[in-house]
Formats: sequence, C-alpha cells, structure tokens
Amino acid sequence: MGFARNDRHDRSVCLATRSDRTSSPETNCFIEGNKCPPPMFYYVDVSGAELQPDSFEELAMPLFDQLYNFAHWLTQNREEAEDLVQETYAKALKGFPSFQLGTNFRAWMYRILRNTFLTSRTGLKATMTVPLDLEEDGPEVAVERDTPETLLFDRTNRELLQQTIDELPVYFREILLLCEVEEMSYQEMAETLSIPVGTVMSRLSRARKTLRDRLRPQVQVGAGSAATAQRTNHGL
Amino acid sequence: MVCESWKAKLDTYLDGEVPEKEMRTFDAHVRTCPSCSADALTRVQMKRAIQVAGKRFTPSAEFRKRMQQSIAPKRQRSFRLGWMLAAAAAVILVAGSLSSAYLGIRSARDLAYRDHVYSEIADLHVATLASSSPVDVISTDRHTVKPWFQGKIPFAFNLPELRNSEFSLLGGRMTYLDQTPGAHLIYDVRKHHISVFVFQERSLKLPASLGENSLSPKKLPFNMETWSQGGLRYFVIGDASTADINNLAKLFKTTSS
Repeated sequence: MGFARNDRHDRSVCLATRSDRTSSPETNCFIEGNKCPPPMFYYVDVSGAELQPDSFEELAMPLFDQLYNFAHWLTQNREEAEDLVQETYAKALKGFPSFQLGTNFRAWMYRILRNTFLTSRTGLKATMTVPLDLEEDGPEVAVERDTPETLLFDRTNRELLQQTIDELPVYFREILLLCEVEEMSYQEMAETLSIPVGTVMSRLSRARKTLRDRLRPQVQVGAGSAATAQRTNHGL
Repeated sequence: MVCESWKAKLDTYLDGEVPEKEMRTFDAHVRTCPSCSADALTRVQMKRAIQVAGKRFTPSAEFRKRMQQSIAPKRQRSFRLGWMLAAAAAVILVAGSLSSAYLGIRSARDLAYRDHVYSEIADLHVATLASSSPVDVISTDRHTVKPWFQGKIPFAFNLPELRNSEFSLLGGRMTYLDQTPGAHLIYDVRKHHISVFVFQERSLKLPASLGENSLSPKKLPFNMETWSQGGLRYFVIGDASTADINNLAKLFKTTSS
C-alpha cells in the first residue's frame, strides 16, 4: 500500500490537459488504475477565449466557501473575514480583465486575499513577528513512537487541534491550511504566497514541526487524564 | 541510515510532490519498512486531522447572497444595460440618420417642386401677356368676370372690390397647372400687369413648404406671393413692386376671409 497522495499528482497531470476541455481529462488521466478525481484547480481555458464578465462569477463563486474559511482562519474574526472576502472579490472583479489567461485562477484569488489581509491592520499586526531565519531550517526528520498524531486520531480532539492551529503564527497557519485543507500543490502554494517552491517546502516542514511540538504536551496531558479516568472507571 | 534519507522526504512523498519514478520506489520501500510505514501512517493521520479541523468556518447564507449580488447581477445588469443603451443609441442614430436623409431628400424634392410651380406660374403669366388675346372674358367688373368661370372650374372664389384702389381688373381666363384647372385674372397697376392665379389646393398637392411665401424665387425676374385660403391656392405674380403685389394679395385675402 502507498501512503502518498497520488490524487494531487494526478490532478496536476489533468490540469496540463485542461486547455482542451472537450477531451474530458477525467477519462484521459489514470495512474495505477485510479481515475483522476474531479479537478479542484481553476485553470482558465486558454483556447483563444476572451474573458467575459460572466466568467468571473462562474469561476469565483465556487471558491467562495473555501476563501471564506481561509479568511476566517487568517483574521480569526467573522466580521473581518467577511470584509476581507468582500474586498478580495471586489479587487478580483476589478482586476479580472487583466487576469492572465492560462494561469491558476484559484492561486490568483488566494493571492489577492492574502495580500489584502497582509496590508490590512490585522494582517500587519499578525505578521510583525516573522523570524528572519525561518526559511533556513532543514526538513523535519524526527518521529517518536508515542506521537500526538496517533492520540489526536484516536481521540478526534478536533477542538484542541483547531485551537493549536489558531495559535500558530500566520505564516505557519496559512501554509498548513493551503496544503492540507485546500490541497494545493507546492507550485500552487508558491504562486499564492509569492515564494519559491523550496521555501514552500521548508516552511511547510517547519509549520508541521511547530504544530507537533505544541500539540505534544497538551495531548499528553489529555491522554494522561483519559487514562486516569479509564483506570478510575475500571476501579469502580 | 537508509531510512533517515527516506524519512527526510516523507512529507514530500505524502504530499504527492515526489517525482513519479521516485514515488514508485518510495511506495515499494514503505511497504517493506515497518519504521517508515508507521511514520507515514502517523503523518497521514495528522494530515487528515488538520484537513477535518481546517474546514471550520462557513459563510452565512446572507453573506453569500450579498456577495453574489455584488459580483453577478449588478455587473450583468450594467453590462446588459450598457448594451441596451448602446443598441438604443445606435437605433436612434440610424433612425435619425435615415429620417434626416429622408427629410433632406424630401426637402430637396419640395424645393424642386416649388421651383417648378413658380416657373410654371411665371410661364403662364408671361405666355398670357404675350398672347394676342390674354383674357377670355374682358371686363373690369368683378360681377361679370366671376360668373364667367361658373361651369368652367370646379370651385368658386371671390374677387375683391377695387374701388378706391390703384388696381384695375382687365379680365380673366381659364388656365391649367399640372393638369389642374384654375382661374387666371389679370390686373393692371400703373401700366404693370399682375396675374392672379386661383387653384384648388387639394388638386395641386403642393408641398407644405410653399406655405405663406411672399418672396419670389431668386431665379424668377418677378415678384410673387402665394398663400392658401379657404381650400384655394392663390398666386399673385407680376413685374410690379413687391408692395403692389402685397397690396393686391391683401385685397384678395380680405375678400376671401
């Protein structure tokens, strides 16, 4: 069995053929016998078509839920998230005629949202403490036997995880969400965050390590409490 | 040691970002290596947990509706409205152009017809005066001349009283303009002969631009006044002064009103 997310790789293959949508990429894209899942990327058809005003709504509205989710994670506030999304759509609509055909529309939208957030008061405040040596760390290697992942998976302690992600610095939070929730490829994240792919990899690695480090004591406490409770119940 | 190099790339592998060839090798190694397999499993669990926990916030229906309205209907409306306005403007322009072209053509036709009528009237005037018998009924009495036209023309008209005026009636005759019968009267004022033509307006079908035009066309060497009154079209033409032409015209207008 393989653990790797082949579907992401497959998707990028599908996208390479999306300029000719009539050829149905779903039927052309097979890897190890698995049909390519529905594409989640939004490459605009480049076969000489001109951008129409209606195209924006068709492309942008399917991203609405996930953009709002991402905005809420960034701002940590419903009203600010709504303002951020609204401003993002307004900017995107205004800039849509200049949107470069053939480029990734989803990455474009996320980039606008992120830039809007970073230039906002909330965004400036949140990014004031970016460490200078952030990108110089190597990939994470160490893995322990009694891991937070196992405990989280077993206990499905979603709230704890959410709280820990919330407390991460914005630059870790956003890259984790783009990778795991939005399932963006490294290239797409690089486009969204306007950083090289290598930086994406190192930052992602650092984000994961930080999350694991912060989860560990809380999960161990939670696990200890649960074990104590279990022993108490058995004793009774 | 070998596993350490694999584990360094484990996240990239699980993210599906390892090249395809290397991916297959990775798959084979994970299947056979318990340590890497367990490690991969825990990381996948974390990925799944973040994925679930990350889908945390959903926009309200009201916000969604607001956003849709702000990007779709407004833009489409303005877009469509713009096209409609442009189309309407184009239609108006085309209609305007057509109507002005039509009016221009019509105006040119009217002017040409007016000139033609003026020429015909002038010709009738000159030809009559050049004739050895310019009038068929010779009389200075309007009560003699007017009845002479009975049964000859399909309308009746009044002749002005010329007492205490400079004008004198010489007589009258039948005439035709554009195959329409009419009365031709000849007056005299200080040795100048003035012709007065009376026709049925509806028979002539003259252009409206003829109207109340007392000015003679520049091409004609005569003064002329024309007007429509009581369904009749009057032409007063002669080589007399404009004042004389106008005065005779006033006498007819006063009599006919």
